[in-house]
Parts: sequence; C-alpha cells; structure tokens
Amino acid sequence: MKHEELDEALDSFGDALASATRVTPGNALRPEDIAVDGVKPSEEVARYALTLGDDALILAQRMSHWISRAPELEEDVALGNIALDILGHARSFLTYAGLAWDKTEDELAYWREEEEFTSLWIVEQPNGHFGVTIIRQLIVSIFQNLLYKQLAQSKDETLAAISAKAVKEVDYHRDHAIQWTIRLGMGTEESASKMRHALEILWPYVDEMFRDEEVHQDLAGIAVLPSTLRGAWDEEITAVLADAGLEIPATGQAMAYGRRGEHSEHLGYLLAEMQVLARKHPGASW
Amino acid sequence: MAPTTPQEPGLSAVPSYEEEQSQARFDALIDQDSRVEPRDWMPEKYRKTLSRQISQHAHSEIIGMQPEANWITRAPSLKRKSILMAKVQDEAGHGLYLYSAAETLGTTRDEYNEQLLSGKAKYSSIFNYPARTWADMGAIGWLVDGAAIANQVPLCRASYGPYGRAMVRVCKEESFHQRQGFEILLSLSRGTEAQKKMAQDAINRFYEPSLMMFGPPDDQSPNSQQSMAWKIKRFSNDELRQRFVGMIAEQVKVLGLTLPDPQLHFDEEKKQWIHKDLNWDEFMAVIKGNGPANAQRLERRREAHREGAWVREAAAAYAAKQARSEVA
Repeated sequence: MKHEELDEALDSFGDALASATRVTPGNALRPEDIAVDGVKPSEEVARYALTLGDDALILAQRMSHWISRAPELEEDVALGNIALDILGHARSFLTYAGLAWDKTEDELAYWREEEEFTSLWIVEQPNGHFGVTIIRQLIVSIFQNLLYKQLAQSKDETLAAISAKAVKEVDYHRDHAIQWTIRLGMGTEESASKMRHALEILWPYVDEMFRDEEVHQDLAGIAVLPSTLRGAWDEEITAVLADAGLEIPATGQAMAYGRRGEHSEHLGYLLAEMQVLARKHPGASW
Repeated sequence: MAPTTPQEPGLSAVPSYEEEQSQARFDALIDQDSRVEPRDWMPEKYRKTLSRQISQHAHSEIIGMQPEANWITRAPSLKRKSILMAKVQDEAGHGLYLYSAAETLGTTRDEYNEQLLSGKAKYSSIFNYPARTWADMGAIGWLVDGAAIANQVPLCRASYGPYGRAMVRVCKEESFHQRQGFEILLSLSRGTEAQKKMAQDAINRFYEPSLMMFGPPDDQSPNSQQSMAWKIKRFSNDELRQRFVGMIAEQVKVLGLTLPDPQLHFDEEKKQWIHKDLNWDEFMAVIKGNGPANAQRLERRREAHREGAWVREAAAAYAAKQARSEVA
C-alpha cells in the first residue's frame, strides 16, 4: 500500500492527536530525535548513559504496575504520569547509549540478560503497599533531582538535553513523594507505622546510590560522581522525614552492586515479565 | 413511588401549578435543543436515567483499564508500552470527569463507587472478556474504542450540559485510542505469520461483542425511546450499529484481515448492512455476571479499594489535622 493511502485510511479516524501530547511533547527531546540526529557517544559515555537508562527503565516498569490498582483514581492518574515520565527518560538514555553499539532502545531493554543490566537495587525493589512505593519514590526522586540538575550542565550535549527535560518532571515526582510521605507519616497511627516499616525495608539500598564506580571514572565534566550528591540528599531527606514525624532507620547497608550486574533476586522476575513477549517473537517489529 | 399523603389518595399524582411550570420550562429546553444544567428543574426520571447512564459510563472507564493494564508490563516495545500507559491513564481521567458530571445530579462519587463494588451497578459488558494476547490491545482499541466513539460522538450533544461537555473531551482522546489500536493491528498484520495469526484471532474474538456494545435491537430496547425523546440519546441502537459495522468493514481491508462474518454485506435495496445474528443469550449471561472475567474485574476493584483504605483514611486524618491547626 502506498503511503498516501495509508494516511488516508488513518485520517478516517479524525482528530487523533488529542492525548498524543503526553507521548510526544512538542518541543521536548524525543528518543526518536536522538536516534536520528544523535551524535554517537564514546564507549565510556554510552556505558554511563546505560546506567541512567537502566535505573529509569526498571523503576518505570515497577511504577507502571500501579495503574488500575491505586488507592484512589487520582493516584492512578498521578502514578501513571510518573511512570510515563520515567519511561520517557529511560527511552532517551537507552537510545543514546545504543548509538555507540548500533543497538536500539528495544534491543537493550528486551534482549540483554539480567547480569547485563546496570540498575541500582533500590529501583528493582518490589512495590509493596502504597507507602513502600512512596518511600522508594522519595529516596530515588530526590536523588535523581539532584543528579539531573547537575547533569543538565554536562559537557555532553545529549546527556545535558535529556537531563534538562527530565529534571522538570522529576521535580514533580519529588514533590508528589514528599507530600505523600508527610500525609502518611502524620496521618493515622497505622499509616505512620507502615511508613516506618517502608523506611526500614528500603534503607539498606541507599548507600549503593552514592558509590562511585568504574563507570563514573574518566568522565570529568560529563558524568556526575554520585558521591558528590550525598550531602545534599541527606540534608533534604532528613528534613522531609522530620516534617513527616519519621526518622532515618537504624538499618545496615546491603552489599549491593547493581552497576556491576549483580542484582537482588527481584530483578529476574521483573525482566522475565517485561521481556517475555518480545523474546517469543525474535526479529518481529511491533 | 408510593403517595406521600395516604389520607388524600391520588392527590399527589396531580402536579401543582409550580410543577407544571417547571415541566413546561424543561420541555422547552429540550425542544429548543438547549442544555439542561444542574440548577435547572428536571423530571425525577430524567435525573435517574442520567445518573445511571453517566455513572455506568464512568464505571466502564475504570473497569476498562484492567484488560489493557494487563499488558503494560509485557508490552513488546518501549514505545508501545509508553502509548499504552498513556491510554490507560486517560481512561482513569475519563472516569474522573464522568464521575464529576454524575455528581452534579446529586449522588456522590463514593456512593457511585459503592454501587460498583457491591455489584449493583453495571458497566460495559465487553470488559468482562479477557485480554489474552498483545493483539487484543489492537482489537480493543480499534473495535471496542471504535464502538464507544460511535456511541459517544452523538452524546456530545446530549441534553444534559455536564454530560455533553465531558463527552467532548472524552471523544477527542478516544479517537487517539482507536487510532493506536488500529496501528497495533496494522503492524501485526504486516509482521510475521505468528503476528498475523494473533491479530486475526483477536479480531475474531472481539467482533461480535463489539457489535453488541450498542445494546439490543431497537424493537427490544424499550428505554431507548424515552432517552431519545429527552435528547440524551440521538440515534437508536441499530442506527449506531449500522454506522459502526459499515466503518469497520472498510477499515479491515486496510489491515488485509477479515471480520468473522462471511454474510456481512451492504444490502442496496434495504440500504443497510446485513450482519450475522448476534448471540444475545451470551450478552445477557455476561451482563448477569457470568462472563469469563466478571468476577476477576470486580475483585480487582474491590482489592484496590480495600488495600487503599488506610491511605485514604490517613489522607483524611491529615487534612483534618491541617484544618484544625489553621483554625487554631
């Protein structure tokens, strides 16, 4: 069929653009643009971009599970929005990383094995109840907000452009997590107790976020050394927890090395679900 | 309804002068194709009909999220995942503004939600079929959303203002949904043998249920007459079904696939589409709760409500504390 014929057939659906705005924000940098116009990154930059893409992808996969299961409809919309934003970040970072290896975002997402994923343990932790998801969001969104703010100044223009867009969205995710942390921390005895429990089970994965790894070396002016974010992160989260009547729990820290491909037991199941259909049809396009 | 003054049997059935005036104003609004607004007087039956219809519509959006949410975590490409998430999220949004429109009729969202969870309220029966394969995301978008659009475009002119206005917004987004469904099927139809087979199978399963979304044939749909007189409904069930089947009969050709209805054709003499006999026994059985997924769909909603109770209680408690501290 000719292109025009197809366009005509699709036009019979009428004004089909209404909600597509959320998928392709007009002036934002889209993965498709990066794929077409992107400058091929060096191996080192690609490996760094991959870590950012993997964090976002795994977190988006977790968050997307909430849609149709949230405590109220407004939260179905809010959590869905957040998941959608984060998936957008993942797609951009993965597309950019893939340029170095002639791989698409989908090849990286669907055809790598567990040990090839470089994401942090915190993002693969299960959703648990709503409070666990909120604490995970609090921990990660404050981190990503600090990270992307700095990365928006990166000498690497693509990383800077992706981060400049992402930071605006993550700022909203952070606000959402903070508001809910306070509401639930100060709500009822039951909700406060659930939030204390959520902090206890997630806190062991905090240190890993700030560990400088090999992937961060030799990228001065391009990458952000995670260790440099710790002070600001500690300060911010301590203040939020104080406002919520909560405290930093006295837990140990897990020996977590996601950046090196060593993951918790949870990632395998997440990937099995995410990749199952794509892998059933090798070479198919969708 | 029982008379309120038993000492004077029959008297309450006689409308007062004020009631007659109100009825006349209402009738004039309908005659002039004007909009009835929440503050206007309206007959109790009109209010009830709308309250039921709009809330059922809202429930359908909410329950309708489930079959598609079933494939978000397994979507076969990140772009498809992203579009599907946006779509399901839109449906939550549609539910929200339809509940708002329904609330203007004097029933709260909590009450509507209770009717849904208790099983008292109905929602579109089509969502009681399982979404078995990825191709179902295509068939649901193309056929189910397509039928919904055919139903809903005329509702943008419904006589009740808040409903009509909500529908304008819903329809815009629905047409994006239908298009993305069609595009999924188009990709599959141009793909591998397994993908083509998956697409055809999904169309086979959703064709008949989507035709039944317009409701029973006109001669078996007594309530339709009143809804049309009130200009809530603008076209009959059969008229809408005709329009829809004519549209998909053309579109399926672009896909290079078929509708599971060998006798489907346009009868030039009768000037109408002739399609297979629809299985109304199955339709009624699904409405009564015996579809493949009725139990699952309701339980998911109940579970979300149950699991979220502590969150809503905490939010309410926090809001109350804030209000107190502002007063103090």
